[in-house]
Amino acid sequence: MKKLSARRRHPLAAVVVLLLALAATGGLYAAFAPAGTAKADVTAQSLAIEEGKKLYSVGCASCHGTGGQGTTDGPSLVGVGSASVDFQVGTGRMPAQQPGAQVPKKKVIYTQAEIDQLAAYVASLGAGPITPKEAQYDPAGADAAKGGELFRTNCAQCHNFTGKGGALTYGKYAPPLDGVSPKHLYEAMQTGPQNMPSFPDSTMPEQQKKDIIAYVEAVNGDKTVSPGGLTLGGLGPVSEGLFAWIFGLGALIAVAIWVAAHTAKAKKS
Amino acid sequence: MSTVTNTQKKAPAGERVADWADGRLGIYTLAKANMRKIFPDHWSFMLGEICLYSFLIIILTGVYLTMFFHPSMNEVEYAGSYVPLQGQLMSEAFNSTMTISFEVRGGLLIRQIHHWAALIFLAGMFVHMMRVFFTGAFRKPREINWLFGFLLFFLGMFTGFTGYSLPDDLLSGTGVRFMQGAILSVPIVGTYLSMFLFGGEFPGGDFVARFYSAHVLLLPGIMLGLVVAHLILVFVHKHTHFAGPGRTNDNVVGMPLLPVYMAKAGGFFFLVFGVIAIVAAVATINPIWAIGPYRPDQVGTGAQPDWYMGFAEGLIRVMPGWEINLWGHTLVLGVMIPLAIFPAVLAAIAVYPFIESWITGDKREHHIAQRPRNAPTRTAFGVAWITAYMIMLVGGGNDLWATHFHLSINAITWFVRIFFFVGPVIAFIVTKRICLGLQRRDKDKVLHGRESGIIKRLPHGEFVEIHEPLSQGELYKLTAHEQYEPAALPPSVDDNGVERRTGALEKLRVKLNKSYYGDDNQVAKPTQEEYKEIQNGHGHH
Repeated sequence: MKKLSARRRHPLAAVVVLLLALAATGGLYAAFAPAGTAKADVTAQSLAIEEGKKLYSVGCASCHGTGGQGTTDGPSLVGVGSASVDFQVGTGRMPAQQPGAQVPKKKVIYTQAEIDQLAAYVASLGAGPITPKEAQYDPAGADAAKGGELFRTNCAQCHNFTGKGGALTYGKYAPPLDGVSPKHLYEAMQTGPQNMPSFPDSTMPEQQKKDIIAYVEAVNGDKTVSPGGLTLGGLGPVSEGLFAWIFGLGALIAVAIWVAAHTAKAKKS
Repeated sequence: MSTVTNTQKKAPAGERVADWADGRLGIYTLAKANMRKIFPDHWSFMLGEICLYSFLIIILTGVYLTMFFHPSMNEVEYAGSYVPLQGQLMSEAFNSTMTISFEVRGGLLIRQIHHWAALIFLAGMFVHMMRVFFTGAFRKPREINWLFGFLLFFLGMFTGFTGYSLPDDLLSGTGVRFMQGAILSVPIVGTYLSMFLFGGEFPGGDFVARFYSAHVLLLPGIMLGLVVAHLILVFVHKHTHFAGPGRTNDNVVGMPLLPVYMAKAGGFFFLVFGVIAIVAAVATINPIWAIGPYRPDQVGTGAQPDWYMGFAEGLIRVMPGWEINLWGHTLVLGVMIPLAIFPAVLAAIAVYPFIESWITGDKREHHIAQRPRNAPTRTAFGVAWITAYMIMLVGGGNDLWATHFHLSINAITWFVRIFFFVGPVIAFIVTKRICLGLQRRDKDKVLHGRESGIIKRLPHGEFVEIHEPLSQGELYKLTAHEQYEPAALPPSVDDNGVERRTGALEKLRVKLNKSYYGDDNQVAKPTQEEYKEIQNGHGHH
């Protein structure tokens, strides 16, 4: 210490202190303000928004307005969030083909990268539900039985017991859930597309959404087996009745005609 | 004396057994009277057999199911092998049905045979009833048997409904709730009836046990009795047959019960069993595991009853939700009116034989099955009835029509509302026209023969089609039906010049009678004179 205090009047002392101070300030700045990465992110984000805006102007603006403010042909997109865009465009519902009671699912025309760009642009218009990460919607390890109970309580009244779809008023409908990806199921619950009510995390926590996704995968997924044979659409007694009439009674009447046509003939008459 | 004992000793064992049984059961007389019973051959006469055999199949499979089913509403936690329900709370009834479906050997197949057979049984009865209706086989002496058959259909609907409710799954529970709603809509006594039936508030803990006893004992017991009575009457009345050479109102032409029909009917039983078993093995029915256990706070879309209750569902679905509030009480017309129309639709077809016999005044015995075209007004009425029934079935499935044909459910509901009234009228008029057209065609065929499709050119250049005369047998078939003179009111004054009083009812009867036998309502069949004149005079043309 003495050595240091003895040299405090050295002509170069001020220079050393200045250098130390600058190094400390710079180091602290570098440590506490991650300016470099933030800048890179912002650049990527604004690039996505830029690209998204271009796509938006071509594919969406005619109905939703040039700034996403909505027109008489389409609702405002301010605050719908990236999850809505990912669902609507990712399932091919948007861009809509024509106005009607409901916009149907159809062929997806954008790549996932383009959908992300569109989502980024729409998300920039106002805060809303964010596109979920895989950890949020992956049904692995979720409780399908619990999900079944939740499904029957919240979903079955429109989507049918196993998600085969159902009718709503004036030509609207709850679409069948066959082949809908876990991500889109999650987003639909989160955002409530078209005629569906939304189930935000405040009313339906993430875990419950996962349970429901697990249930839908279990009863209406690619690996679902029907222990009883053909499901006849899984639509219940109407299709069963039709099948009983046509293939049950129909076959029996055919058999009856065959039996009646082959009678014991004592004499050729 | 000694010779008698000798012959007794020599009698073969079979004969001695038969003799022993005859002495105690009197089977000889019974067999003698019935073994040679004649049954005519026609496929439509086997529809009743389809019903009988599917009924037997239902009883057999039902007995198997009772061995594993627990008719109890006690709540249990599911621990069976179907993963998406594990840990869920459910009634023992649902749990045991799950056990039948997944754990009991052959349980699911038997359950599916039972349920498919029930749908086919009811469908078979419907078609059988229509066959009897359209051929006029309900006429004297068969009116009572018609009623027995109708009662079988009616009770079959409720046996089916109670059975459908037993597994206590979400779909059937919704159906039971539907029924409870209908009961509640009955003025004054509705709430009491509901409390009585469910032993308290819906759903309570009693209804499965109560429906069970109705489903396995009360209703099938009555039905079994009716089936036996129905068959005895078929034997007593003998079977009807279509007119043809040698087939008249006084005989039955066909094959004897033994051995031909025993073999045919026995074989047909196995064919029916086989077809139903194939259907049950191929297609699932009422997959309760996918539907889930009943909870009054849950419901699924597409909640429909089995087809035979579908028209009742339709009545409720399309009825506007009217209600009247009087002195603090609600009269739920939206449910009460459908509840009243439901039995009325069924009664309309049940009492028809009596109405027809009153209108026509025909009290004679009929053993000839009519061709529907030769009774245009009846045929038209039957088609109108079926039309109303089918339109209500559309109403009952309006949501599936909407989703599958991309229509608005509201538009379908309005279509059903309007066409429940308009449809039968159109069907009546169209059917009657078709019947009369077919009668004209028959007349034409009798007089001019069958169109051969061979075109001949005459020497002067004219083209004619050659008509082949019908065989004697075919001519008979086309002309065997009886035609009646329309009823007429008696003269307004009697022989003494005193004004005659004719009741309003009689006037109505005569008016209706004219709609059966009046000038525009039947085509006079060709007379012998007409036939001879054509055959001798013009020849073919």
